[in-house]
Amino acid sequence: MSTPQVRFLAAAASLMARDLRLAMRRSGDSLLPLAFFVVVTTLFPLALDPDLSLLRDIAPAALWVGALLSSLLALDLLFRDDAQDGALEQMALCGQPFAGLLLAKTAVHWLLTGLPLVLVAPLTATALGVPYSAMTAILAALLLGTLALSLIGAVGAGLTLSLRRNGPLLALLVLPLAVPVLIFGARATTLAIQGESPSAALYLLGAIAVLAASLSPWALAASVRIGLE
Amino acid sequence: MGGYARYVWPCYALSALVIGLNILWARRSLRLAQLDARRRMAALATAVAS
Amino acid sequence: MAWVWFHRFGSPPHFYRLARRLVPWFAWPALLLCLAGLIGGLGLAPPDYQQGDGFRIIYVHAPAAWLSLMVYVVMATSAAVGLIWRMNVAHAVAASCAPIGASFTALALITGMLWGRPMWGTYWEWDPRLTSELILLFLYLGYMGLRNAIDDVPRADRASAVLAIVGVVNVPIIHYSVIWWNSLHQAPSVMKFGRPTMPASMLLPLLCMLLGFSLYFVALLLTRARGEVLRRERNARWIAAALEES
Repeated sequence: MSTPQVRFLAAAASLMARDLRLAMRRSGDSLLPLAFFVVVTTLFPLALDPDLSLLRDIAPAALWVGALLSSLLALDLLFRDDAQDGALEQMALCGQPFAGLLLAKTAVHWLLTGLPLVLVAPLTATALGVPYSAMTAILAALLLGTLALSLIGAVGAGLTLSLRRNGPLLALLVLPLAVPVLIFGARATTLAIQGESPSAALYLLGAIAVLAASLSPWALAASVRIGLE
Repeated sequence: MGGYARYVWPCYALSALVIGLNILWARRSLRLAQLDARRRMAALATAVAS
Repeated sequence: MAWVWFHRFGSPPHFYRLARRLVPWFAWPALLLCLAGLIGGLGLAPPDYQQGDGFRIIYVHAPAAWLSLMVYVVMATSAAVGLIWRMNVAHAVAASCAPIGASFTALALITGMLWGRPMWGTYWEWDPRLTSELILLFLYLGYMGLRNAIDDVPRADRASAVLAIVGVVNVPIIHYSVIWWNSLHQAPSVMKFGRPTMPASMLLPLLCMLLGFSLYFVALLLTRARGEVLRRERNARWIAAALEES
């Protein structure tokens, strides 16, 4: 039994760098969830009425449902490739804390799929009639929300790793767990649009993100280990 | 039922149905597992004998 | 001392035989309690001041909702026990809970809708209880879907155990968030039922039904779990002998 020669932070850093490099080579993959988000939020005005004052009312729903579905779509990128070529098993066996490595992978995944969504959201929000004054709150809410969604989704992705065509099942597993994120995030957005203080909802959203972060190491490691068997 | 009969009685009927079906379903599940186990034991016995 | 009992109960042959003997001890009292509850709830309890006889739906709706939550907790707890101590019996119990819990969640939803129609004027209201029940149904369906999708039984046991544990942590959060969300969009005629001030003639039958349903669940669970235990014990020698007995 060999003891790890490398410190964990160095291992995690090199893993994250490798993931980023791989993702940059196929940048199309990471941009797809973003494009999906923009398309979905565009569908709402087309389905309703281009009247901005009406759209303002449904903007929170459109933004958050779009964010939820987009993060679901992005989950495929998280573990699938590494599971298929055996890299994930190597990570499990290499002696470094598996949960830590998985968290590092999830962090990179969020940087590639969650963060762009947060940055693009002001544009789509403006298209939905959201006033500029609400933008900081929306950015904060989506930041916390996409973080929580990445963590929750990662657990679902681990559980369904070896299953083929598991898109609907993954959605069925993840979406009920994501309901609190949706509720508090949309609420914060609504309050911001109405000009009131969104801090209560933002705090609750933050609490959920913190809870997800503290529970996910165990859940991630357990689910991916089971998924790899 | 004070005019609410057409809401109250379907509730009770549905509940009786769910309770009854669950009993049947549970017993069926057990029976199928027992049959499957019997078959497995028989297959093992013939495999050992041969 | 308790550990000895725990390990004996966790041993598949002991569980298989013990469960069979225990079922009548739960089934008959359940039947009697439900009969008492029905007589009390449908016959003896007076009509409600606000809802007239319509409130009597509570005698099936509340036990169904109680069961839907209780079964999920039992499912998650036994799944956790199975995961931590690697007990097949615990996994068998968890697997048995799911279909029971899902069907009673659906029953709670439908009876809730039928109760809502005369009271709110609409079959569906996004009130916290119904909404939470709906999400709970999705959690059950996800659990059953995951179990179904994994062919290897021990692996399905472990994966669904992780899901159940993650889910059970979420249930209070979801419930709280839905209550918070609903309090902001209060429906004009929220169903207010003075539970603390329910007179004994109304409360007693309800308690009978709650207890009766719970005992019924245990009887059902023991029956199903016996089959699930058999499925997980591939070719153990005790099976042949046990099958002769039953």
